[in-house]
Amino acid sequence: MVALLRGFYPYAIAILIAFVMYKVMPVGAEKIDLGILQINSFFTKVTGAIGIAIIMAVSLNIVNGYTGQFSLGHAGFMAIGAYTSAWITHYGSIHFFGNANAMEGLFTKGSALFVASLLAAGLVSALFGYLVGLPSLRLRGDYLAIVTLGFGEILRALLNQTQPVLDEFDIEEATRGEIFTGLGGALGFSGVPKYSNLFWVWSVAIITVIICYRLKQSIHGKAFLSIRENEIAAEAMGVPTTHYKVAAFAIAAFFAGVGGALFAHTLGNIVSPNEMNYQRSIDFVIMVVLGGMGSISGSVIAAVALTILPESLREFSEYRMIVYAILLIVFMIVRPDGIFGIREFWEVKWIRRLFRRTPKETHAP
Amino acid sequence: MALLEIRNLNVHYGAIHALQGINVTVEQGKIVTLLGANGAGKSTTLRAISGLLRQVKGDILYQGRSLFGRPPHDIVRDGIAQVPEGRGIFPDLSVLENLNLGAYIRSDKKGIEEDRERALTLFPRIRERLQQKAGTLSGGEQQMLATARALLARPKLLLLDEPSLGLAPQIVLTIFRIIREINETGTTILLVEQNAHMALQAAHYAYVLECGRITMHDDAKALAESDAVKKAYLGG
Repeated sequence: MVALLRGFYPYAIAILIAFVMYKVMPVGAEKIDLGILQINSFFTKVTGAIGIAIIMAVSLNIVNGYTGQFSLGHAGFMAIGAYTSAWITHYGSIHFFGNANAMEGLFTKGSALFVASLLAAGLVSALFGYLVGLPSLRLRGDYLAIVTLGFGEILRALLNQTQPVLDEFDIEEATRGEIFTGLGGALGFSGVPKYSNLFWVWSVAIITVIICYRLKQSIHGKAFLSIRENEIAAEAMGVPTTHYKVAAFAIAAFFAGVGGALFAHTLGNIVSPNEMNYQRSIDFVIMVVLGGMGSISGSVIAAVALTILPESLREFSEYRMIVYAILLIVFMIVRPDGIFGIREFWEVKWIRRLFRRTPKETHAP
Repeated sequence: MALLEIRNLNVHYGAIHALQGINVTVEQGKIVTLLGANGAGKSTTLRAISGLLRQVKGDILYQGRSLFGRPPHDIVRDGIAQVPEGRGIFPDLSVLENLNLGAYIRSDKKGIEEDRERALTLFPRIRERLQQKAGTLSGGEQQMLATARALLARPKLLLLDEPSLGLAPQIVLTIFRIIREINETGTTILLVEQNAHMALQAAHYAYVLECGRITMHDDAKALAESDAVKKAYLGG
């Protein structure tokens, strides 16, 4: 695990890129005029959504792509992260700062609380990932998919039953139980402090990509892949398959939890049980399948494309979901293994050929 | 003391009594073969040794200690590597990645590299294909890869499940030559085969398994000469 975090520069560069994005992209009524394109705050919003989609798709790839398990509950982990962190920052801000929205903005005391809530969201979600991963030891394929689907739906039903969110005045006379279950019910968790922005989203997104890529390159990554390729042979090589299958769920859930936490604290997003239903899980599965099961760069590209696509198809209004679906079907017919299969884009032959400078050698017969 | 001793091994698949109390002894440094037709229980025996099969009765002693109740990845660490039936390679991974996974249980980088070099010297065909996807190899090459991969675990005991399955006669000859070479470097081999002719030539000792029972066992040379074996397995 330590090896995954080795080296300072990749992470420093990730944070720098995120900071530049945060500074450059317009907020509110600001605009950047590029002549043909007017970049406004809507672009900023989509860029944030892309970052979160990358975190979700790349992390789901560990379970569905590397390990070959089938999870349909990724939005459930996202919800756990979103609610855990929202609860911490909302009630934490009231407790420490007196008001839920007092400390918004980059690098305030609120940011410290926010970072702590991101970690807590990841850890709580990983714990649930571990529990949901346990059935994967006995179930596979469709059956496992149903269990993970059930997990997401049970979670949604439970969150619908929670109590209203308490503000700084209600909290004075509330019992501990009321504070603990004050998650907003079916209406959603309103008034989550908007601590997140492009800096946090893209820092986490790029760091997630780096860690998942290093994981794939390591012997642990090969062990995940060996389980997907041939579980019996993997066991015969001495790979503790049960350990890895549960670990895959826990690691993926960790990142999904953090992704959910970032989502919850972004301006304009609603944290409600119905926002994180199975439809959203399926969206993430589509990104993984389209990009290529096991390909990190494929997941990134699919996450970017499938976030932009519905936005850019808005002019087709009600037909856009049909266009979206047709594009997906055509794509899966043309490239059934996803864009890159299990490889990264720089490892794929047809792309290498595009960049080859010297003409192909001719072999004597 | 024998390296591996199977005592009164019984395996049931539902109502089917697949192994009915077999006894097999594998001496250190030898090639021992287990012959038999389809469904005789050969692969079942191997799966019981490597821990892939859990519901078994009797006892399996390895270096004097029982292997029962231990998970497969633990048994590999003790020096028993299996080449599963049908090769069991990882088709979407490269040949090199397949080999590296063979050394999963080890962390001595230098030793792994030496052993990989040694395995590639045994199988030069594999060396030419290191960067290729394992699924694109021919059947014979896949068998070579699976065997080379098992060697990277640096096993004391190598379990081979039908290495000749579905291969051209020329390739089978090569594979058996290499099996003997592996044995000469000190690795004990338990070989399960349908190809009795090849197996009896390569092995030191042989057991004949029929419908879950050991019906004959003797030195491989003696068994190759016996009338019963000639008639049933060597075609007259």
